[in-house]
Amino acid sequence: MNFKKTIFSALATLFLVSPVLAELVFPSLSYRTGPYGPNGIPFADGYEDYFTLLNERDGGLGGEPIRVVKCETAYNTEKGVECYESTKGEGSLVYQPLSTGITYQLIPKSAADSIPILSSGYGRTSGRNGKVFKWVFNFPGTYWDAASIATKHAMDMSGGSLEGKKIALVYHNSAYGKEPIRTLEALSEKHKFELSLLPVDHPGQEQKSQWLQIRRERPDYIFMWGWGVMNSVAIQEAANIRFPMENFIGVWWSGSENDVLPAGDAAHGYKSLAMHAPGDNFPVYDDMRKFVIDKGLGAGDGSNVGTVLYSRGMYAAIMATEAAKTAQKIHGVSKITPTMMRDGLENLEMSEEKMAAIGIAGFSPTFKATCENHGGQGSAAIQQWDAKKGTWSFITEYMNSDASVIEPLILADSAQYAAENNIKERCN
Amino acid sequence: MLYREVGEFKTSYAQDSQTFPIRFDRYRYYFVIIVGLLFIPFVINDYWANAVFLPFLIYAIAALGLNILTGYCGQVSLGTGGFMAVGAYASYKLMTAFPDLNIFFVIILSGFVTALVGTLFGLPSLRIKGFYLAVATLAAQFFLIWLFNKVGWFYNYSATGMITSPSRSVGSFFITGSESTPAAKYLFCFLFVFLLAWVARNLTRGKIGRSWMAIRDMDIAAEIIGVNPLIAKLSAFAISSFYVGVAGALFFSVYLGAVEPTEAFSIQKSFIVLFMVIIGGLGSIFGSFAGAAFMVLMPVALKNLLVLQFGWSVDIAAHFEFIIIGGLIIFFLIVEPHGLAQLWNLLKQKLRIWPFPY
Amino acid sequence: MSADFLYTIEVILNGLMAGVLYSLVALGFVLIFKASGIFNYAQGVMALFAALTLVGLQEGRVPFAHLINAVFGTKVHHFDWTLPAIAAIIFTILVMVLFAVLVEKLILKHLVNQEPIILFMATIGLAYFMEGFGDLMWGSDVKTLNVGIPQGGSLWFEDFTIGWAAEGEKFYGMYVDLLDVWAAIIAISLVLFLTVFSQYTKSGRALRAVADDHQAALSVGISLRVIWVLVWSISGFVALVAGMMWGAKSGVQFSLSLIALKALPVLMLGGFTSIPGAIVGGLIIGAGEKLFEFFMAPIIGGATENWFAYVLALLFLVFRPQGLFGEKIIERV
Repeated sequence: MNFKKTIFSALATLFLVSPVLAELVFPSLSYRTGPYGPNGIPFADGYEDYFTLLNERDGGLGGEPIRVVKCETAYNTEKGVECYESTKGEGSLVYQPLSTGITYQLIPKSAADSIPILSSGYGRTSGRNGKVFKWVFNFPGTYWDAASIATKHAMDMSGGSLEGKKIALVYHNSAYGKEPIRTLEALSEKHKFELSLLPVDHPGQEQKSQWLQIRRERPDYIFMWGWGVMNSVAIQEAANIRFPMENFIGVWWSGSENDVLPAGDAAHGYKSLAMHAPGDNFPVYDDMRKFVIDKGLGAGDGSNVGTVLYSRGMYAAIMATEAAKTAQKIHGVSKITPTMMRDGLENLEMSEEKMAAIGIAGFSPTFKATCENHGGQGSAAIQQWDAKKGTWSFITEYMNSDASVIEPLILADSAQYAAENNIKERCN
Repeated sequence: MLYREVGEFKTSYAQDSQTFPIRFDRYRYYFVIIVGLLFIPFVINDYWANAVFLPFLIYAIAALGLNILTGYCGQVSLGTGGFMAVGAYASYKLMTAFPDLNIFFVIILSGFVTALVGTLFGLPSLRIKGFYLAVATLAAQFFLIWLFNKVGWFYNYSATGMITSPSRSVGSFFITGSESTPAAKYLFCFLFVFLLAWVARNLTRGKIGRSWMAIRDMDIAAEIIGVNPLIAKLSAFAISSFYVGVAGALFFSVYLGAVEPTEAFSIQKSFIVLFMVIIGGLGSIFGSFAGAAFMVLMPVALKNLLVLQFGWSVDIAAHFEFIIIGGLIIFFLIVEPHGLAQLWNLLKQKLRIWPFPY
Repeated sequence: MSADFLYTIEVILNGLMAGVLYSLVALGFVLIFKASGIFNYAQGVMALFAALTLVGLQEGRVPFAHLINAVFGTKVHHFDWTLPAIAAIIFTILVMVLFAVLVEKLILKHLVNQEPIILFMATIGLAYFMEGFGDLMWGSDVKTLNVGIPQGGSLWFEDFTIGWAAEGEKFYGMYVDLLDVWAAIIAISLVLFLTVFSQYTKSGRALRAVADDHQAALSVGISLRVIWVLVWSISGFVALVAGMMWGAKSGVQFSLSLIALKALPVLMLGGFTSIPGAIVGGLIIGAGEKLFEFFMAPIIGGATENWFAYVLALLFLVFRPQGLFGEKIIERV
């Protein structure tokens, strides 16, 4: 962005109607400002850099160049709506807003406009039910999968049974944080553990009461559904009361470097769920550095490459582009429309071979979306923080969630939505 | 030249006390109404409706409401976000409990519910004044949001506490839900804005409006000349909350369609509506509109200018948005502390004697 | 002693220390309100800005790096020096003084004798400006602040108190956070310093004179503008201390500016014009909200702290409309 160019482009847009180019448009509704900006930045960097990589290395997707339309939401729903409306006319293929609140806004809107939403690991959990939510996808896993997998890990740690144990859920007191409660309640009945709920208000800087309560009640495990500053404060407070860190498990949004670094050494041993592998030990990162970062084309200053949230953003972009490739294959055209993109998402299969071809072998779980199932198999692994080395590492394989608990909950929730909005079930 | 009262002869009291005594003003007003009713609905698209007109109209209602309380009655309130949430949740409960009730009445009833709650939280105003009252109304803000977030009944025990507005229509036109058209939503809100602004204008120049202004200027003096502070203050709280409640109901059901209380109706909402009122002009109907326009359109316009025209990266543009808006607020206050409405009046004064100022 | 009783004491103790942190933020408000009648909404953002500047200087970050890189296509981010904490603190204080001078020159000077709500609005504009400016200058990523304040639970205190409970009770000793203890000590010394300053120095006396009566102070030759620069500098300093304490806890990031909201009920309760009021108010709010959460959370659910502080303050106000220590409001017709 130099100013001469700026002035020229300003003049150009004033006098010329920009020609319609044959290109694939991926909107990036990012938040690089506001209270959740520190987490939004690496995600957006990873998301945008991957598209740049494809353009630089492969010349786009199937011969079509990719254009990323950026819009700043500041994690604010009203701005999110403005961004959606202003970018949808550009031929946007799929929306990934990285905000549960904005996703809820967009679900009815995007269905009316026939543009798919991919909310990987956030958003409306029952969007997994493709029979009701035709335009919503949330593979590779949902919050409810996460709750189930965290419980499973806790169960493994206590020798196969949680009977009589106490689990505390520390959660962001918003729609996002409340998501796992219903599942955990169902699980606590099934596995006979005691569940206590500890809400933390936005933004979450003051958590003394919650942690004093934890200190008194001595739960065996703590799960956390946090975002932003709440994560780092919680980890700090847990360390302060000398809670055993290996029994403290965060959701995948509570497991980035931003969350553990402020607590320093005290965060050693903290665990979180992960929907993809940590670290930058994958061939795709070599390409990323070679074609994007070293050429100075990165969306950020390059310092985020390889961090958890950067990888998360890149993974989101990978799933979107793989779906676009699938759509190109199904329809036999390279210039796909949002409707074709939806078909691509619905038939997306992430197999080991495919991931190896992209340069991310073993990076994320394999899954296959179907007409009924828009959420994949619901698998995640557990990663642990090593404060001395400053790295996350996997301590388990990818595990699947307990479908017998989650399926009925998803059916009930999506049935309610279908009834409220007169939606007929598809895929029959 | 065009804008002057010369040659207009008023022959009745009603003519003399009309809102727009100058012919040019009157025509301009008719022009705005006609454009708003007959032109915009035919050209409006999703972007203009959802990014510009709906937020502008809805915030204008909220600003009108807060202006009644703060601008006319002098009671500073920071509970607007909480009261908007009351309107939103009341409309949600009414819509789901009585599916056959017309959306128009749902919105009106939500306004009444909010008026009731607002009156209740207005009670401390009888003892507490100034900034103390402003901070005291924050109690309403935080308590109400907590309540809506906590008690399952308010959100029909949905898994996340998020409320989603079901589809409702007036006649065959869908106003809420995914099938609604931008024109229908726009006209629905326009109707409310028109009605409520008309009511506000007439309330504020009637007996009750004068009693509010008496309280604002000096409450003890007002009491001595026979204004009942209990009735004046509580009526201001009730009517203001009615407006804010209607705005909240529209905000949820027509504009956003799905909200969670902690984000959509946070303390930030209260501040933004207060900014609108102060920047627009305290105690001015026009000011409410001008303030709403400034706070809603300015960020959108800046974003479009900086990002789309100048090609700046979105985050730098977002930072500059804050810097520019903050700078403009200070600039306007220094130039004219009584808000955009006062600037507008000065302009009109100049226009009256233009082009021969002497 | 029963464990419940001891836990109650523990909650009160922690509440009091949280309260001291609230007071620290509230102090900044009170200083400015007393001297100029301005309700300074930007106080929270000032704390953020001060903390950002401190970290930025300490780590040798290049200000406006992001903007410079975007405009000139360079790749600067850090200078090749770092500063020791104490030097960075001193430079940050200088920056805050410069900030105070600019605020006076560019804003306050032009708004003399305006209504309080207009001045309040101007500080909101200032807050917006600083929010964008601070992020643009130092970037919006999370920054770790380390000025050498110890952190973590005090083991000594835990061991010391663990024997107090009766045999067989589930009691694990009392918990205090060292950071909170330090914050309390720093806050108390800050208040002592401010008291001494305003009682025994010439400018302190001038400050009090201005607080009592602007007109009278002007007529005896006190320069209002100098006083304003002075109070804004002092409250900038207080903001720095508050920003340091909270920043050490949670990392320095945007959310720091929201701590201003925690100070508002303290102000209501203590009165806008009283320094002791800010301290006592903070203590009452801190202990009150933690106790309420302790007793009521099992019954009505948690996260009550935000609203309870305000409701508590509201209850006080109904009986004393000027706050606990506020000057009596005298109205003349």
